[in-house]
Amino acid sequence: MEIAIISGKGGTGKSSLSAAFATLNSEVVIADCDVDAANLYLLFNPTHEEEIDYISGHKAVINYDLCSNCGICQSYCRFDAISIINSSVVISEISCDGCFLCSRICPENAIKMVQNDKSRMYSGSFRNGKMVYGRLAPGEENSGKLVNMVREKAKQVSSENGLETIILDGPPGIGCPVISTITGVDKVVIVTEPTISGLHDMKRTVEIVQKFSLPAFVIINKYDLNSDMSYQIEDWCKQNRITIAGLLPFDKQMVEAMIMGKSITEFNPDLDISKKIKTIWNKILNQKK
Amino acid sequence: MMKIAIASGKGGTGKTFIATNIFYTLLQNNYRAMLVDCDAEAPNSIAFFETKQIKESEVTQLVPVINKDTCTFCGKCHEYCNYNAIFILPPMKVIQVIEDLCHGCGACSVACKVGAISEKPVSLGQVALYSTDGLPGLIEARMNIGVMSPVPVIKAAIRQVDNKADIIIMDAPPGTSCPFIQTVASADYVILVTEPTPFGLSDLKQSVETLKTINKPCGVIINRSGLGNNEVQEYLSNEDISLLLEIPFKKEIAELYSRGKIVSENDSFFACQLSEVIRDIIEQHGNSHNQR
Repeated sequence: MEIAIISGKGGTGKSSLSAAFATLNSEVVIADCDVDAANLYLLFNPTHEEEIDYISGHKAVINYDLCSNCGICQSYCRFDAISIINSSVVISEISCDGCFLCSRICPENAIKMVQNDKSRMYSGSFRNGKMVYGRLAPGEENSGKLVNMVREKAKQVSSENGLETIILDGPPGIGCPVISTITGVDKVVIVTEPTISGLHDMKRTVEIVQKFSLPAFVIINKYDLNSDMSYQIEDWCKQNRITIAGLLPFDKQMVEAMIMGKSITEFNPDLDISKKIKTIWNKILNQKK
Repeated sequence: MMKIAIASGKGGTGKTFIATNIFYTLLQNNYRAMLVDCDAEAPNSIAFFETKQIKESEVTQLVPVINKDTCTFCGKCHEYCNYNAIFILPPMKVIQVIEDLCHGCGACSVACKVGAISEKPVSLGQVALYSTDGLPGLIEARMNIGVMSPVPVIKAAIRQVDNKADIIIMDAPPGTSCPFIQTVASADYVILVTEPTPFGLSDLKQSVETLKTINKPCGVIINRSGLGNNEVQEYLSNEDISLLLEIPFKKEIAELYSRGKIVSENDSFFACQLSEVIRDIIEQHGNSHNQR
């Protein structure tokens, strides 16, 4: 069973809760799908049994020995990536989308496409099962494809090791990597917080989850920072028939646990928040689809 | 004009909090300021101000339309497409555009030698201009749900800034990938917002490394200081990165923010601190520096 933990807004506690869920009792596969800012490895310090290169795309590079500065490539580029500076053709690495068109139409064959090959995917073990995670090199795109790769690997590891539960710690936002994280999963957990931004981003997230007709659960984290806003979120969820999996209080010990390299449930299973997290997780696991 | 981007590798560290409060403070200090919300996947800035929409424009991308009567099923467009957005089965005379995968590069149109490909625009999102206190001040990039990349909408929003403004504040999307780079690439200075936790530090390091590769000057604001440990401060002093401000963790701040309130409106000390941060950045990196 694949369970994705997501949230439109960043910093609501996705990774901290994913870590807690992953260390509750039975062994699991945890996959960090926030390839843009992977953090779980900091808590779990996994072994690197496998390291796989990920080609995220291509960039156009000019061979100035061949370039006649005719500027034809500039007229074809739709990404504003090619400009002529001091009558010399320059390609902006930042804007280049890697579509190959310039390299195909260049009459001098002066443009070569090079692979972006700095991103990686890792697979290994952590103290409560197996872990797979991806790290996208700075400034690279196509993170959705890397997320797909991470999920494929997680499924393979899950069947090889007989670990039934796969927890996907998702990225923030609603774009390509989020869609890649939730497509075809069994359950989606949306972590939100009682702020205007939290409510607004949750609505957009629910919309995308519903587009894929996936069973969704909402957790309101740090609910006591603004109880009124929490009621508003609960109300909205009820009206839209979204199950509230539970409310969690703000607890400074979440940060202390992180500093010790532990999940909150490992740090102290007897805390009120740890017990609540356990109840929430059981509710999510046991709810029939 | 100076452009300052507010960014952070990790989400939820307080980018929008800092961006909206700096924007408010600048307006109070009579700067002609604009705020561009570049977090197109989750734009929230306008919720903090009394605004009126002045105009909204659609951001579109071109996708190919294949005329099957003219098409010879030669497969050249499929070969030119680097995004696997054209599905073709020549023996069955099947050809189809998968619009979700198309990046709108136009390569297929160039590839087609029989003129079977035309193009139509599809919507990616909107850029809206809002006024605050009667002056155009806020630009919001908003990506449609289900669209793959926010980059075209972000670029369109940045293109709309008023060149007569003194200072542009850009609220960047989280992360260090393409949407982040697109936002910070046009900035003169980047304020990175972090929190004093291991996750915060790890993502901060990644942001700093990314900014180094494109030579952008940056400084750091530590939000919710006192909640975690001192490793962020140690990292900054070892790397010689300026620590612009530390904002202590206070429930009152979290509460005001959660209700969509501007903290610097109610906390004059905080407003003063933000003014100083901005003044220093302008002195050290503004005007003469950005006449490139």
